Amino acid sequence: MSNKVIVLGEAREGALRNVTFEAIAAAKQVSGGGEVIGVLAGDAVKDLAQEMIHYGADRVVTVEHPNLKHYTSDGFGQAFTAVYEQEKPDAIVFGHTALGKDLSPKIASKLASGLISDVTAIEGEGEDAVFVRPIYSGKAFEKVRNKEGLLFVTIRPNNISALEHDAGRTGAVSSVAVDISNLRSIIKEVVRKSTEGVDLSEAKVVVAGGRGVKSADGFKPLEELANLLGGAVGASRGACDADYCDYSLQIGQTGKVVTPDLYIAAGISGAIQHVAGMSNSKVIVAINKDPEATIFKIADYGIVGDLFDVIPLMIEEIKKIKS
Amino acid sequence: MNIFVLMKRTFDTEEKISVANGKINEDSAEFIINPYDEYAIEEAIQVRDEHGGEVTVLTVGSEESEKELRTALAMGADKAVLINTEDDLDEADEFSTAKIVAEYLKDKEVDLILAGNVAIDGGSGQVGPRVAELLGINYVTTITGLEIDGTSVTITRDVEGDSETIETSLPLLVTAQQGLNDPRYPSLPGIMKAKRKPLEGLELDDLDLDEDDVEAKTETVEIFLPAEKEAGRILEGDLADQVSELVTLLNKEAKVI
Repeated sequence: MSNKVIVLGEAREGALRNVTFEAIAAAKQVSGGGEVIGVLAGDAVKDLAQEMIHYGADRVVTVEHPNLKHYTSDGFGQAFTAVYEQEKPDAIVFGHTALGKDLSPKIASKLASGLISDVTAIEGEGEDAVFVRPIYSGKAFEKVRNKEGLLFVTIRPNNISALEHDAGRTGAVSSVAVDISNLRSIIKEVVRKSTEGVDLSEAKVVVAGGRGVKSADGFKPLEELANLLGGAVGASRGACDADYCDYSLQIGQTGKVVTPDLYIAAGISGAIQHVAGMSNSKVIVAINKDPEATIFKIADYGIVGDLFDVIPLMIEEIKKIKS
Repeated sequence: MNIFVLMKRTFDTEEKISVANGKINEDSAEFIINPYDEYAIEEAIQVRDEHGGEVTVLTVGSEESEKELRTALAMGADKAVLINTEDDLDEADEFSTAKIVAEYLKDKEVDLILAGNVAIDGGSGQVGPRVAELLGINYVTTITGLEIDGTSVTITRDVEGDSETIETSLPLLVTAQQGLNDPRYPSLPGIMKAKRKPLEGLELDDLDLDEDDVEAKTETVEIFLPAEKEAGRILEGDLADQVSELVTLLNKEAKVI
């Protein structure tokens, strides 16, 4: 049986996030040949609709309103609910991003549905789909299926491959007028702290520092390497506790769980609580002075040495490749 | 101010995980208060100390959760409530838990509910916002700062590393992110006092709920451990050569740069 699936698209600084395209691919699989409808909410999002279609959506519904300029659970909740009521889908897919994590439980609660969060793989399709998700921050995994009613999943960035971009695909774009009102939260200010706009949970490359970085200044070479590779900087709990960096950078069982293509652990010993947050990265490089450090046990490549010698040499070598 | 904290008992972060008979093996595991819930408890105590009122810590679970509730009382919470579902529910999901919690809270005239933004075991982060929606109150997730003035609330929120300042009002549910505060350790007098603080035990019956009302919408069909990672290559030789080899491997073999 085929399902009608709606996917909430998410923009950051005027462009759709990659996780949106991954969510469309997930929706395709869940639809079992049914229709996939993109949803976009914001103050001006119509121009992004074609991109969702190029990545596999059959059509797109937009909700535009000045009160949707910033995300609020009330505003986006009202916008999404209006589209839900119009489309009455069998399934919903969101990205497991800050927005998706915040909004999906509200919608699921409103619709009295289940919600399978933070999915990293989908087995089977249509009604038979089973969803794989990490538990204990990736120390184990569970397979979950929907028992009854609306199927609702959020997918973790970087785990499900997007479909090929096809500029020739076409589809209808329609809009729903919703009076977004009675917002109980007002966003007064947004302070950007993330490096070069690359979000840690979505970054393809993460360069993370631990106690071995020794100071806030010690993160500078890591930042340079991350910027060179178009990645983001992360940290172990030890580095955050020592005030070398902000807690928003912490990777681990408390903190963020990341699955980049490349994870470079510099001066990180590999405590179990940190490893839980990064061990599912595709390729792990460990740099540590201590040859006994446990991080080497899970690394694909290891260099025993001082990160302050190794990182600058890496930067040089990578620049050579790039030029 | 009438303050509630939603708490969960979880595995210690240092625990290794093993699977026995298709379930996570809990034998001899150490349990703790979910670390994010500790921030919620600490914040609740600070808000009460500044604005007056009472802090009630609430959990849904089994009798074993009494230990973590006592810890919360020892930190400084005033009352604890354990909704024991051990005999009634075989399988519960976030829908079930949220419904139970909301049913308990619906007539409590809450001003502020705090919870962790995610539990480090299930990792879904759903129950807080679900409860807020069921109660019809506003919520803000992953907060790193909270200031209350009358019924006005100013919040700092962590959004994937960026920071938002939000204005809202009570009644409100917030979920705690790391960086909100430094949770205190229970003091010895605190531990002594906690023994005499009220800990109420309830079952679904007491909430006029039966199993069908809270039946899970999703089910876990399998639990498994990730494949053991094989030890990788420790590079050798002169440091500059190692780095050059590494970058070549990342570029040509792993194809990640």
